[in-house]
Amino acid sequence: MNRFDYVRADTVAEAVQAFAAAPGARFIAGGTNLIDLMKYDVERPGRLVDITRLPLGEIVEHDGGLRLGALATNATVAYDARVRARYPLLSNAILAGASAQLRNAASTGGNLLQRTRCYYFYDTSTPCNKRQPGSGCQAIGGVTRIHAIFGTSPSCIATHPSDMCVALAALEAVVQVSGPDGDRAIPFSEFHRLPGDAPEQDTTLKPGEIVVAVDLPERDFGQHVTYLKLRDRLSYAFALVSVAAALELDGDTVRTARLALGGVAHKPWRNREAEALLQDKPATRESFQAAADLIVAEAQPQAGNAFKVELARRAIVRGLEQAAAGTPQSITDKRIQ
Amino acid sequence: MTQTFSSTGRDTFVGSARSRVDGPAKVTGLAKYAGEFAAPDLLHGYVVSSGIAKGRIRTIDTGKAEAVPGVVKVLTHENRTRTAWLDYNYQDQVAPPGSPFRALYDDKIHYSGQPIALVLAEDFETARHAAALVAVDYEVEEPLTDLEAANAFAYEPPMRRNGIKPPPKPWGDADAAFDASAIQLKQEYRLATEHHNPMEPHASTVIFEGDGKYTVYDKVQGVSNSHAYLAKVFGIAKDDLRVLNPYLGGGFGSGLRPQYQLFLAMLAARDLERSVRVVLTRDQMWSITYRPEALQTISLGAERDGTLLALRHDAVGATSTFEDYQEVVVNWSGVMYRCDNVLLTYKIAKLDTYTPGDMRAPGAVTGVFAIETAMDELAYASGLDPIQLRLKNFTEADATAENKPFGSKALKSCFSEGAARFGWDRRNPEPRSMREGRELVGWGMASGVWESMMMQTSARAILTPDGKLEVGNSTGDIGTGTYTILTQIAADTLGLTMEDVTTKLGDTALPEAPVAGGSWTAASSGTAVMKACRDVGEQVFKLARQMEDSPLANVDFERVAFADGCIAVAGDPARSVALVDVLRASGVDKVEATANAAPDKDFNAKYEAYTHSAIFVEVKVDEELGQVRVTRVVSAIAAGKVLNPKTARSQILGGVVMGIGSALEEESMMDDRIGRFMNHNLGEYHVPVNADIHDIDVIFVDEEDKANPLGVKGLGEIGIVGTAAAVANAVFHATGKRIRNLPITVDKILG
Repeated sequence: MNRFDYVRADTVAEAVQAFAAAPGARFIAGGTNLIDLMKYDVERPGRLVDITRLPLGEIVEHDGGLRLGALATNATVAYDARVRARYPLLSNAILAGASAQLRNAASTGGNLLQRTRCYYFYDTSTPCNKRQPGSGCQAIGGVTRIHAIFGTSPSCIATHPSDMCVALAALEAVVQVSGPDGDRAIPFSEFHRLPGDAPEQDTTLKPGEIVVAVDLPERDFGQHVTYLKLRDRLSYAFALVSVAAALELDGDTVRTARLALGGVAHKPWRNREAEALLQDKPATRESFQAAADLIVAEAQPQAGNAFKVELARRAIVRGLEQAAAGTPQSITDKRIQ
Repeated sequence: MTQTFSSTGRDTFVGSARSRVDGPAKVTGLAKYAGEFAAPDLLHGYVVSSGIAKGRIRTIDTGKAEAVPGVVKVLTHENRTRTAWLDYNYQDQVAPPGSPFRALYDDKIHYSGQPIALVLAEDFETARHAAALVAVDYEVEEPLTDLEAANAFAYEPPMRRNGIKPPPKPWGDADAAFDASAIQLKQEYRLATEHHNPMEPHASTVIFEGDGKYTVYDKVQGVSNSHAYLAKVFGIAKDDLRVLNPYLGGGFGSGLRPQYQLFLAMLAARDLERSVRVVLTRDQMWSITYRPEALQTISLGAERDGTLLALRHDAVGATSTFEDYQEVVVNWSGVMYRCDNVLLTYKIAKLDTYTPGDMRAPGAVTGVFAIETAMDELAYASGLDPIQLRLKNFTEADATAENKPFGSKALKSCFSEGAARFGWDRRNPEPRSMREGRELVGWGMASGVWESMMMQTSARAILTPDGKLEVGNSTGDIGTGTYTILTQIAADTLGLTMEDVTTKLGDTALPEAPVAGGSWTAASSGTAVMKACRDVGEQVFKLARQMEDSPLANVDFERVAFADGCIAVAGDPARSVALVDVLRASGVDKVEATANAAPDKDFNAKYEAYTHSAIFVEVKVDEELGQVRVTRVVSAIAAGKVLNPKTARSQILGGVVMGIGSALEEESMMDDRIGRFMNHNLGEYHVPVNADIHDIDVIFVDEEDKANPLGVKGLGEIGIVGTAAAVANAVFHATGKRIRNLPITVDKILG
């Protein structure tokens, strides 16, 4: 861990200014990921701008939906009565991730900005384009159990590790940011990016921009949602594959389908074609299978994670079945229904 | 029955469930661990680890690191001070044959993660920061870390490791008998590399006492081993070194040998004449010892009715390039079953890794997984119930040891009591026949075995006039409950309360005892403590007889009993005298005794001693998604006398949980291109979490054994042995899929 300068900001404007004033600055809120990365010498910020005092911790009604302050902790969001009632998909996704202690500390903005858990990214003795642009990707051809099967590039096969973001992608949340050039709103699907030839950039945030809130749109999907997470153990493990599914049904007919996958790409993975395919189709296994087949047809796995293709296909079908039946995956009973 | 500890014929504490005496200290933070001791002049050492697995250091530039304010020195192979020359000096008490690794010895890199520099600074943060500034230029060679590739060069270890039995000479003709058998099964089995990963990382604090003297706190399972190692390697008189380790945050075998942080801390302390602490980071826990991967083949030939005709078990285990690590992998197959044609072979193959080491039930976890999975396969091939198959091939004698009978083997009780508790008779043997909702239900079982050992051990007991007794020796309580059982034994032996007894362990100022491993500590230290206490009792009795108007006058020692803090004539409690009164009246400031315990040669000449178990497992499998849950385990154990059912149960629970981890989760993943374990943190190296663990029922069956005066056989290891096989067998029963390659992860269920 390098030596760094520490500044505490009281307003968003102060934070943005303090950040801009020091090259290599990082915002710090819960620090659950950043501190680890600093200890591993992966992140070497020259300055930490402490944003925990900013007035961004509230969850408020907004435009028919909810606005989650960027500093609302993951636990606060997951257990918020309004979130639980209207957006159980989000609540369940958050509770499927990390541990109680981490969720108590981690913030909403930080969850969006957490970095990949690729082994090679964390290990400074190996090259990594995300850590050190241009150095190469050691993960390709290596230990790839946790790596991406969609949207990879020759530069990077890392995944985004968040559970929360998978649900936010399915709900089509909007990220509110503030920066040197003012405020703007970023649709969730445009917030994270694919690695391409610039895997060091996880998001489309411009330099110096700070996440201030995440807006949940008015449209919720009631109980026809599920967050199904498959992993190597039943808690405190990142998803091999996860599925956030949300359906609007008209009787047994799908009117709207939203589907986002976690653990399989550099961002929460959505396939609009597959979602469109489900529209006005009967909510049956056959329909779900067709959508799943369409999605996994694009997969380009590594030797060590080829199983994820079939696992994803099956998880999509099961997730859609759960959503259709209104039997979301329980976060306490680890049986999958 | 074995004798009681209490001379009254009835023990108050031994045999009953007692909470850990060290529990309050541990949960309140009073218990200090090796990395928590401090001194005013303490320096913090941070290890720089090699990023390559094989090659040499061309240059190492420590200039930037040394320029950081607060950094005192950076030690490398270029500036380290001299230590002992010959390998012999580095061979600790449990070292395998070979040239033990020497940190910072020269420019050669033997494995990825090898320590190549130690940054010493006034505080930990500075040391860590400076460590990142050490620049190394390597000459890289291609490493060999793939056991399958190395298998071509596997060899029988030319020198056997002390205490590790090589495979017995074959008997009969296994290959010919196999060829002639009606049932022939031949399969390969594999277990992934596992790292111990105790909660407490390895750490050493060397306190420089001046005048060439040092007090050392080392995370080790027996301070005597570190003590002798340091004395030899650094040429320091043993009297000038005191090594302590009162508590261990888990060992599982990783603390049997002194690890390199001890060497580095001592090297720096001696060089700088300051106190030094070195704590490994979690990722550096992958730069020390591990359970080696093994490639195994088992061939079983049997008659149609399941009678074994041929048994062949071949194993190749991994070792390092510099030491021939060995463990007992294949012998268990010959110990467990009666068969007239047996061939057991064991080879090792060199990899560019650190030397593997003993990890909870070393060898047995590996070998018993294979034989007990194979036996399940034979059960299906012969149409027998798995228990019936094991009873059909049951043996009362150890064929690997000239057919000596087992001193005791209540395995049949394990089968019957375990099966009854589990409800085994309700099992439909047909694979895929049981279902609950979406999930397939599987019931599997396996048997476990571990050697019951005892080691030469001494212990001391000191009774003071306040009626307080102190007992102890230098072995460690690695979380097993040793403090507690020794306190129980001492209290019962001298008729005191447990509160009157203080047990001290993990200090070379105490009488010598071996490392805590092999499940031998209860038998060894327990016997030594009992004998020391009896000696104290006899001395007090003699003093009591000399008292004026002694109520014990003209009474023989055999006729008195120690109870309630008094010595009384048996059957005549009125004739009694309090121990405190005896000591006060005699004017002595203490009564002290040191006693030795050693294996019973007569017993060992006649018998073989093993613990046994039967494990029953229920799994529920969501086959479509590859999800396996272990919903129920019954572990029935035959391990002689149980000193403390509470700590004993905890040992088995821990073993079962670790066995489930081994079966379903644990795997250190090697990138063979660079010879590096990649999932080197507890987020990505999976051990079971609470959500993975459901009901575990532990049964201790009655078993009387006479291998030692206590009648105990040890419990630290038997809980894990066979558990993974029982899980794998249950997965087969649920799914019809036989997975012989652990861990059984999602991909293997889908595949």
